[in-house]
Amino acid sequence: MLHAAYLMALFPLAGFVVLVLAGRRLGDPWAGWVGTAAVSASFVVACLSLGSLWGEPATARHFVENYYTWIAVGHLQVHVGVLVDPLSMTMCMFVTGVSALIHLYSIGYMRRDSEFSKFFIYMNLFVFSMVVLVLSDNLLVTFVGWEGVGVCSYFLIAYWHERPTAASAGKKAFVYNRIGDAGFLIAMFLIFSKLKTLDMVTIFAHRASLGPDATTAAVLLLLLAATGKSAQIPLFNWLPDAMEGPTPVSALIHAATMVTAGVYLLCRMNPLLANSPDAMWVIAVIGGVTAFVAATIATSQQDIKKVLAFSTVSQIGYMTLAAGTGAYVAAIFLMVAHAFYKALLFLGAGSVIHGLHDEQDIKRMGGLARVLPWTYATFLVAWLAIAGIPPLSGFWAKGDVLDNAFRKSPALWALGVLTAVLTAYYMTRLFVVTFRGEARWATQRGGSHEPPHECPWVMRLPLVVLAVLAFAGGILGLPWVHRAGLGSWLGPVFGPALYDAREGAGLQVVLAVVDALAAVIGLGVAAWAWRAEVDRPTLEPQFLQRVWYWDDAYDALVGRPGQALARVASVVVESRIIDGAVNGVAEAVRASAAGVRRLQTGYVRNYALGITLGLAAVVAFVVSRVWWS
Amino acid sequence: MSFPYLTVLVLLPAAGAVAVAALPRVRRQVHETLGLVVALATLGFTIAMAVQMRPQDPGYQFVSHHVWASSIGVSWYVGVDGISVFLVLLAGVLFPLALAGARSRTDARSFVAWMLLLESACIGSFVSLDLVLFFLFFELTLVPAYFIISGWGFERRAYAAVKFFVYTFLGSAFLLVGIVVVAFLHQSQTGVLTFALPALEHTRFSSTTGILLFLAFTAAFAVKAPLFPLHTWSPDAYAEAPAAGSVIIAAVLAKLGTYGLIRFDLNLFPHASRTLAPLLLTLAVIGVLYGALVACAQSDLKRLVAYSSLAQVGFIALGTFALSTEGLVGGVLLMVNHGLVTAGFFLLIGWIYERRKSWQLSELGGLQSPAPLMAAAFTVIMLASIGLPGLNGFVSEFLVLAGTFLTHRWWAVVATAGVVGAALYLLWAYQQAFHGPPRPSVATTADLSWAERVVIAPLIVLVVLLGVYPQPVINRITPAVDRLVAHVEQPAPAAQPAVATTQGTGR
Repeated sequence: MLHAAYLMALFPLAGFVVLVLAGRRLGDPWAGWVGTAAVSASFVVACLSLGSLWGEPATARHFVENYYTWIAVGHLQVHVGVLVDPLSMTMCMFVTGVSALIHLYSIGYMRRDSEFSKFFIYMNLFVFSMVVLVLSDNLLVTFVGWEGVGVCSYFLIAYWHERPTAASAGKKAFVYNRIGDAGFLIAMFLIFSKLKTLDMVTIFAHRASLGPDATTAAVLLLLLAATGKSAQIPLFNWLPDAMEGPTPVSALIHAATMVTAGVYLLCRMNPLLANSPDAMWVIAVIGGVTAFVAATIATSQQDIKKVLAFSTVSQIGYMTLAAGTGAYVAAIFLMVAHAFYKALLFLGAGSVIHGLHDEQDIKRMGGLARVLPWTYATFLVAWLAIAGIPPLSGFWAKGDVLDNAFRKSPALWALGVLTAVLTAYYMTRLFVVTFRGEARWATQRGGSHEPPHECPWVMRLPLVVLAVLAFAGGILGLPWVHRAGLGSWLGPVFGPALYDAREGAGLQVVLAVVDALAAVIGLGVAAWAWRAEVDRPTLEPQFLQRVWYWDDAYDALVGRPGQALARVASVVVESRIIDGAVNGVAEAVRASAAGVRRLQTGYVRNYALGITLGLAAVVAFVVSRVWWS
Repeated sequence: MSFPYLTVLVLLPAAGAVAVAALPRVRRQVHETLGLVVALATLGFTIAMAVQMRPQDPGYQFVSHHVWASSIGVSWYVGVDGISVFLVLLAGVLFPLALAGARSRTDARSFVAWMLLLESACIGSFVSLDLVLFFLFFELTLVPAYFIISGWGFERRAYAAVKFFVYTFLGSAFLLVGIVVVAFLHQSQTGVLTFALPALEHTRFSSTTGILLFLAFTAAFAVKAPLFPLHTWSPDAYAEAPAAGSVIIAAVLAKLGTYGLIRFDLNLFPHASRTLAPLLLTLAVIGVLYGALVACAQSDLKRLVAYSSLAQVGFIALGTFALSTEGLVGGVLLMVNHGLVTAGFFLLIGWIYERRKSWQLSELGGLQSPAPLMAAAFTVIMLASIGLPGLNGFVSEFLVLAGTFLTHRWWAVVATAGVVGAALYLLWAYQQAFHGPPRPSVATTADLSWAERVVIAPLIVLVVLLGVYPQPVINRITPAVDRLVAHVEQPAPAAQPAVATTQGTGR
């Protein structure tokens, strides 16, 4: 089955092509079913491939196959191929699985949208790009997928293109990603100039000849790329704006695809990271700080999707922290768990927004538990999972990250625990304000509001499946069955971890208790603070609502000076200086030949005609000589 | 003797031009149809020739060489190699599309005739191996281009046409002097007066002479390309020319400049090229960044694309003077890719103008709702220009930058910032023109007609094809580029034994 691994990418691509050609004719809902079927087929292939890989002995779980040569010039030989190993298959499983559920959900959510089929065109292309990114065995082909998800996010965020805010948000996402991509490109140039290859397996085999400085530079450049794609400091602020897209898009971007790509890249390049302890410190600190900063912001947002957006930034920060501590297994564990509960949170939020007819302000919600029972119940599971309440998946995954952070640096661990408290706090605030308390949606807007309605089964089914996974996902990496879980499965890819968090059972129990306490404290404080009142300005300071003034700072430091520079370049340098010199010379010539006033047009015209006639004569002469010689 | 493809390719459009001009003014369709048939026949011949080329041969093929003025050493000497063949193909593809997709509003007869003559001159320039012959064709391109701008252009067409003509003509003056000096120096070294490029390649120059001659040639080519800071004719010319004129001038004619740098600068002055590479690379990088910066400040879609073109040409020059195989292959490929993308841009912009009578971004807005197909086509072309992998622009841009990094690391790093810039101004422009609620006046805009779809479709197919599977093209470019890079890398004259040229007898 491994030889058919390419089908994982081919099915969504086929879906894309079919929908481009016939999507409008298929229409609503059949275009959606085609898209869903394509991604589901991809998931089936992923399952079968996983089975085949599982059947191999642990050391032989590594399969490379090349299909065709994309670019071959000089030393640069780029083949399109796949690298199937436990890491890429783990990624493929949740990418295609969660994406299939999101596609199914979208059939209901996008119902009656005027460009229904276009939505699924982009969604299928998105999944295709992500699978390419994950499966490729070559950095340059990975970059194809990397850019592909970037451009698809641009399309999907700006999907409601008549809304100016959506259009701006799409553009912002793409440009921020491009900044990171420049890092990716330069990293590739650097690696290629030293090793004359971009093939991952070869890079890893010859990584020693890269030298320590080049390794550090390459890893830091890849980190820059990762901060763009995975929305980490300093390039994180496109992600909240990305909420302008339809809610299933948010689920797709945040849970299954796109933002996990940066962390995946760092994990995939782990042999390089291992050669650069300095760069790993930078990664860990960026991850830890991002996790904390984003969590503080999430405590003060009013838009249900923005809370979740900053929550994603924060959770990805945990994963980056894990990668920086060499705990790649923990990073992937959290990534999988997060895919489940964050997809569930977004789809649940979508169900709420759907039910309330496009209301996104949590202050106008409340009391939804009774009217949206399915959404409520599944959201409850996701809330407890992300808050880190045992025994749900988030507790185990986050615990794994924090254990490793403690071994690397107690300071980073403390920051992580503080973030855990905040996580439980903001999620509880969101949950309580949205679902509990009085039904503010009924009283506001003149009270003429239609009562919220529960969503159709195509939307409910994914919620239920994801709720089960979010609840039980921790099974993948329970600490005491480590040897049989995700750790041993991924072990051959990552080699020995820097810190085996399972050493020292006593310490581990203590840390786990601290994690659980952090969750309970955050949860308790929020439940108490938000139990009745929804307007508490002291708990939502302007500083946090305005995202630490991050956008304002960029605008003042980069945006405006950049615009001013462009204007100066255009108006002064281009028009006055460069073109001014040209026109000045022309003017001087004209003035000096004061008598010949008709030089301007008549002369050139005659001259041009002269050239033509002269050349015609020459050519005629040539041709005659050639023909009769 | 095999079929004289190149002679036919040069003469067929010219003959077509004469035929079109000779037809009486009956109905415009007659001239337009005849012009299109001639351009398509030319395309057919270019494809037939390209198919018959030997891919692995680094030398010139389909050579025809007829001495016709032996006393002054000038000959009808034409041939193509893996570098020029794709430029001939580019011209072959774009002329019929421009004729079909951007027809003139008035006087179709003269317009079509000038276009066909321009095709002849462009192809002639790309295949000339005799410097005088090249110069004649190079100059001949100016004439139809001048008349197309001044005759069918927009408001400031007279200014733009004169500026274009005088500016490029001044550059050519340096070129002519340079050509004559090279030939005489070669004669003094070998006793043979010739203008044939393969012979002149082995002329030896003192380092100062080499640098001066290099600068003389480069002056002409840098204006034509256009390279910063000699570019200011181009935004005016591109903006004021009629759509077909913009397509051909930006996509084909300007390639003569970058082609000249590769074909003549590198071949004739390998040592000066190496010495002055940092200077040219610096200008190229400035062009990349400066073009992006000025593009950001444009409020006019056509001018914005003109400046984006300046940035792209910077990338071509960067790949050229990186003097590595990867960079140079990327540069040649980018000439083709940029030609396709720019043609797509100017065709689409022309169609927008026909509908909205404006290129001002502030007067467009919301076009995507009434014209989704046009928006989709624009998006694909835009993303190719931005350098999205999977489309053609990326392959060449990556090769250029990776190749530059191998030899001139910091130039490549700075130029990579231009990659971000392209996304910035093009997406901004797209947002202004296509996103947002359609204004009442825009809401009724017609989507692409069937004729327009037929014209844009081949470009989009090529953009995707060359992005996904560029290898057949790369395979044919590489041998010629390898030969050129080896030629440039040969040791400096001091350490070099006396060169025996094929005709050379020594002094």
